[in-house]
Amino acid sequence: MPIQYYIFLSLALFSIGVMGTMMRRNAIIIFMCIELMLNAVNLLMVAFSNYWENSNAQIFVFFIMVVAAAEVAVGLAIITLVYRKVNSVDINILNRLKN
Amino acid sequence: MIQYSYLIPLFPLLGFLINGLGWNKIPKSLAGVIGSTSILASFVISLAVFAEVLSPSFQGPFVQHYFDFIQSGTLYIPFAFQIDALSASFLLIITGIGFLIHVYSISYMHDDEGMVKYFAYLNLFVFSMLLLVMGANYIIMFIGWEGVGLCSYLLIGFWFKNHAYTDAAKKAFVMNRIGDLGFLVGMLLVLYHFHTLSYQELFDTIKTGTDQTTIYTAIAICFFIGAMGKSAQIPLYTWLPDAMAGPTPVSALIHAATMVTAGIYMIARSSVLYNLAPIALDLITWIGLATALLAASIAIKQNDIKKVLAYSTVSQLGFMFVAIGMGAYTTAVFHVITHAFFKALLFLGSGSVIHAMSGEQDIRFMGGLGKKMPITKITFLIGCLAIAGIPGFAGFFSKDEILAHAYAHQPLLFVALLIGALMTAFYMFRLYFLTFTGTFRGTEHQAHHLHESPKAMTLPLMVLALFSIIGGYIGLPKVISEKHWLHDFLSTAVTEKELHELSHTTEWLLMGVSVGLVLVMIALAYKATQKAQFAAAKGFGKILENKWYVDELYQAIILTPLHHLGIFLQKIIEKSGIDTFVNNVGTSIHWLSARVRLLQSGIVGSYIFVMVLGIILLLSIGFLSTIL
Repeated sequence: MPIQYYIFLSLALFSIGVMGTMMRRNAIIIFMCIELMLNAVNLLMVAFSNYWENSNAQIFVFFIMVVAAAEVAVGLAIITLVYRKVNSVDINILNRLKN
Repeated sequence: MIQYSYLIPLFPLLGFLINGLGWNKIPKSLAGVIGSTSILASFVISLAVFAEVLSPSFQGPFVQHYFDFIQSGTLYIPFAFQIDALSASFLLIITGIGFLIHVYSISYMHDDEGMVKYFAYLNLFVFSMLLLVMGANYIIMFIGWEGVGLCSYLLIGFWFKNHAYTDAAKKAFVMNRIGDLGFLVGMLLVLYHFHTLSYQELFDTIKTGTDQTTIYTAIAICFFIGAMGKSAQIPLYTWLPDAMAGPTPVSALIHAATMVTAGIYMIARSSVLYNLAPIALDLITWIGLATALLAASIAIKQNDIKKVLAYSTVSQLGFMFVAIGMGAYTTAVFHVITHAFFKALLFLGSGSVIHAMSGEQDIRFMGGLGKKMPITKITFLIGCLAIAGIPGFAGFFSKDEILAHAYAHQPLLFVALLIGALMTAFYMFRLYFLTFTGTFRGTEHQAHHLHESPKAMTLPLMVLALFSIIGGYIGLPKVISEKHWLHDFLSTAVTEKELHELSHTTEWLLMGVSVGLVLVMIALAYKATQKAQFAAAKGFGKILENKWYVDELYQAIILTPLHHLGIFLQKIIEKSGIDTFVNNVGTSIHWLSARVRLLQSGIVGSYIFVMVLGIILLLSIGFLSTIL
């Protein structure tokens, strides 16, 4: 398949992820969108690895996956703790950062 | 002995340090002794130096180099003293008359609480004046020049609790500084064109150099502006009458015998330069003449003893500058010497009178003082005879020499100067008759207090009176003796222009005319003062009494515009301009920060949005910069 298809797909996934991060109110949905962005990048990496016939990018994909996993772990832990206090995951309610 | 000439300014400096640092610990009697002995020591050494300069074995100016004062690139200025005939003569005058005035001050200031400070300032003054005349280059002279200006300020405003006195001190200092600017510009011109400020090097360069008349004229005029300020010529003379606010011995020392003669010394020292700038010499002649006549006319109508003497000093300085302007430098120095004697005598005598009159200075309230104060009266009379130019007294020889040179230069100049001399005789004898003869016009209280002054005050008077008589014989004119001793002596240090010679009959005629007219003026003064009515001045007399309104003129032309300029700068530029600008900077930062603060809303959604925006921006900039 021509590489352009993979690029367009990756671009679409990434844009959806960015828009979701900016527009959604639920904190967990925002995390899901971040994961979406990371996966879009993974897809792009694998596609180009096949294109240049170089496996360096595939190794890098593993790194990205590990980082994503760690980040999700930490993020969900924070959300859980905050939920215990405020009883909500709506980011408009989570405005303790003011003042 | 001449190699110890550094001791001459050293003793007054030590006296200043001791009196100055111990002003609240030294008892008053000791302060006077310290001050006077330091000057006496300097006088003794000056005598020895003078004797050595006189001796036939003295070869040319003696320059003693002490240390390198300024050394920067090609600029080299040594700290060196130069002893020759000119500086040796001035040394004697400064230390000799200075010593007499110190002794006089011990008695005059004995009940003043600031007496120790007074003697410290006096010693500092003598130190600065000695530096001025002993320096071997213009920089040392300038150090002394500024020093005497400073001491003049300190001593005029000595009774500092009186605002009028401190104003007079400020006026003297500011006018001096205006002159100093001219002096500095002159020095910079010399440095620029000739790369040296030492007298020896400069005059050698000029004598063998090319003909650069414009530069010489520019330098000469700049130096003369300095002399204008220091020696009270038009237009910078109004400080001298106001300077009478200081104690009388100060007026005698600074404003009669020494500081005001610094200008004459400077020009006499630069005689080589001035001989090559005839335009400058003409300027000096005219300004000197105008000053002599103006001041003499004002003195006729003054009623304060010291003011009459102050205007007399300005007038006599005008005479000296006329002599300089004609190229007769030794004549000017001769008049400096004789004037120092009789003017110091007159001032000290007036101090004696003021002391006896319990502080009264207005001659309209005096009269008949001769009965109670014989010594003061006789010495004052000798001073008046000397200044009027009666034969036999010192002033006759020097003033007549100036008049003779004037006639040879231009007869009209002689007539104008003669008018000045006649006015001098008139106002001096008016002063004498009103003060010492006739009936007493003061209060009962003052009459009780009248007494002759103590020995410490009358002894200097007598010494100065003696010199006012014999001081003239050092310069006898050609018609009487073949040899003019002072002229020959000073010519080793000062180069005179070629002066026209007068025939003997002309000289006798001139002398006879001037003496005769002077006697007529004395008789007129006697007549005018016998009626002793003091009507309010009207018409021309009013103009003279108000000093030709020169002070008011300066106030209108210079002071008031400057004042308004200051107010303008304060109100408009300072307040509305700079203050507004600085305040607005602060206000705008305040405003900006209030806007930026709104970004911190605490809404997480907006934080994410801005974060994404920022990342996109960073990446695009990075991407674009690698393309470009």
